[in-house]
Amino acid sequence: MANKNTRKITPTQKEYQDLAKRIEPKRPVFKNCLRAFLVGGSICLFGQVLQEMFMHYFHFDQSKAGNPTVACLIFISVVLTSFGVYDKFAQWAGAGSAVPVTGFANSMASAAIEYRSEGLVLGTGSNMFKLAGSVIVFGTFSAFVVGLIYLIFGIDAG
Amino acid sequence: MTYVWAFVVGGLICVVGQILLDVCKMTPGAAMSTLVVCGAILDGLKLYEPLIEFAGAGATVPITSFGNALVHGALAELQRDGWIGIVTGIFEVTSAGISSAIIFSFLAALFVKPKG
Repeated sequence: MANKNTRKITPTQKEYQDLAKRIEPKRPVFKNCLRAFLVGGSICLFGQVLQEMFMHYFHFDQSKAGNPTVACLIFISVVLTSFGVYDKFAQWAGAGSAVPVTGFANSMASAAIEYRSEGLVLGTGSNMFKLAGSVIVFGTFSAFVVGLIYLIFGIDAG
Repeated sequence: MTYVWAFVVGGLICVVGQILLDVCKMTPGAAMSTLVVCGAILDGLKLYEPLIEFAGAGATVPITSFGNALVHGALAELQRDGWIGIVTGIFEVTSAGISSAIIFSFLAALFVKPKG
């Protein structure tokens, strides 16, 4: 974004930008990555345990067991979001809590709850996908493009 | 053994997300969208399915699997029904995730008062 503006800024503005850049706190990238790794890994490990459980006790097969697992994780995430626990936890864990499907559910649930005060239809209904929408839009469109490529070049999808 | 790989692979995907946030200075929305698109491309190259075989939930729980599942549904129906399958099949596999997220979030909005 900064590149676009560099052409027409005054020297004073330039000075200010340099200053802002210099005193901007450095992000502790390594520490953040470590936290993301630990938390993300743990959530996936928990998912794996759930999946084995669904396969063992409810006799889902390998390919179908993912669905109840994801639904279960989403349910837990929404409950934690409702109690305001997930957001505190997310501040510590960074991408570790945002990248797993629980983060997707958290973004939807928190938007749904937050906009409840504007009414069920105009608030919750229309704002639920405010944060999660971009993920669905870009995911769907890229899936469409991949499908189109397979169709045009006649690649065997099996 | 799957448990170890689920932890490692899932953790690594989250690290990629953290790097997108911290080093590439992306907003969370942009980082998540990038990961989903990556998942879709990986499945287009037929690389995501082997990863799921290998890491189990380590590959199915992160958001990348959402992209993978979208492509998977589209390709399966493309195979079965021809070109219309691309449109009808996209949400075939992801339905569980999206529906449950909508239903539970709506219930939460009904019963929970916003905080702060």
